[in-house]
Amino acid sequence: MQTETEILKSRPVYGVLSPRPGAMHLIIADGEGGEAVTDLFAQAPEMAARAHVIYIPGANGTDQGAQVQKLGAAQFHRAPSYAAARSRILKVLTDAHMGLQIYVTGTEGLIGQVQRDAMEAGLPHDALQTEHRGSLARRVQCVHCKGITENVTTDPFVCTHCGLNLFVRDHYSRRLAAFQGVCIDAEDPGEVPPAEERFT
Amino acid sequence: MSVGASKIPAIVTEVVEVNSLIKRFRFVREDGGQTPGFSGGAHTVVEMDDNGTRRLNAYSLMSDPADLSGYEISVRRDEGGRGGSLYMHRAVRPGMKMLISQPVNLFGLDLRARKHLLLAGGIGITPFIAQMAQLDSLGARFELHYAARDRELGAYMTELTARHGDRVHRYYDVENQAIDLPALLRGQPLGTHLYVCGPKGMINWVLSTATDLGWPKGALHSEEFLAPPVGQPFQVELARSNMTVTVGAAQSLLEAIEAAGVEAPYLCRGGACGQCETRVLHCEGEMLHHDHWLSDEQKAACAHIMPCVSRFKGKRLVLEL
Repeated sequence: MQTETEILKSRPVYGVLSPRPGAMHLIIADGEGGEAVTDLFAQAPEMAARAHVIYIPGANGTDQGAQVQKLGAAQFHRAPSYAAARSRILKVLTDAHMGLQIYVTGTEGLIGQVQRDAMEAGLPHDALQTEHRGSLARRVQCVHCKGITENVTTDPFVCTHCGLNLFVRDHYSRRLAAFQGVCIDAEDPGEVPPAEERFT
Repeated sequence: MSVGASKIPAIVTEVVEVNSLIKRFRFVREDGGQTPGFSGGAHTVVEMDDNGTRRLNAYSLMSDPADLSGYEISVRRDEGGRGGSLYMHRAVRPGMKMLISQPVNLFGLDLRARKHLLLAGGIGITPFIAQMAQLDSLGARFELHYAARDRELGAYMTELTARHGDRVHRYYDVENQAIDLPALLRGQPLGTHLYVCGPKGMINWVLSTATDLGWPKGALHSEEFLAPPVGQPFQVELARSNMTVTVGAAQSLLEAIEAAGVEAPYLCRGGACGQCETRVLHCEGEMLHHDHWLSDEQKAACAHIMPCVSRFKGKRLVLEL
């Protein structure tokens, strides 16, 4: 049987973080990604001296901040959301030199947004190491109003911007760091299948 | 039908001796029209009729991509080569008619980069001359590090410095000047892409140093056209065409196939582009892979061969062609 990743090429594939040689390590995690950072440091404790770790508690309430802080990174920063952490991340990307290693772990929404910002800084999209941990909640762009809804767990769902009933596709945009949501009842308004928890 | 088969009838309008080893040639279209547009890093395959021997060599286009009135290439004379560069140096004169291919780019700039770091060795400078003209017109940030044996052989050094100022850094081997590569690479801002063209040793040195310093693969670009190596003659069976062809010592497998009248796909003829990849149906012996296209696993599997540069040694080789 074909898996969804084989059907839709744009569906991102994630790996497992492993230490790479580099002048500096930028490590960004949210929610359950704290565990992956712990696993990464266990493989190469010496990287802590050149590591800048940013941790964001999960939207589902998971907070591994204390555990990550104990790893002893040269710089540790805790932020309530990606939006709050973003200016710091952009500053690091602006000032850094080639040889910086970027590691991102946690939800797809976080991974995608860091990847987008790294690409805007001129890095190839596959220059980052990524590891998915925790919630499968998606960042979805409504193709009709272009509004983005964070942490979508059900399919279909109601667009938080325009109120249309959206079907969540596997079609993913690296540029927008979002999956695509398409109106599910355009031809028969009101005929909406019951929402299922698909991305928990 | 090969992509490379679409030819442009051209006239040589200029032959300039740049130095003791390098000549520059200018081609315009025979029908007086504009040459097809290209981007910096593109090459053309020049077809030569060397006393009945058909030679097809790829040369990087060095003229300004914005100039559609013609193409310019530079050819370094290789005394030990198979004869293409010697033919260009000895036989090609202004006014001569020649066939050149449509431009193909296997060494394009990644314009998403924040900065472009260009590293050239010797005649490897040619694609960068076009790329710098393109980058200049785009207002993009770039830096060239160009190494040559000595001042006499550093073709275009002075010209490029005049055009691009202190963005051009020059190194002469005989004056014991060498690129301090680790320091250069460590100092590059995030989002820099690296491009290297030159001798094999230089390319390997640059790519491995960058990888060791943590540069991502996607930010590293290189181009090396291989001349088909000479070797022992061998026989090859072409299954679909139902014939056996002998490949001469100084002939490439692709050239032998073409000489037998079998149409095989090709593009760069230098082991770089992948166009001529051919399935191997049977192999009793050793495949001598010389290309940059197949992965090490593919090479070991002996199920594919790149006839433009690779050879065979052994009892029996059958290709799908």
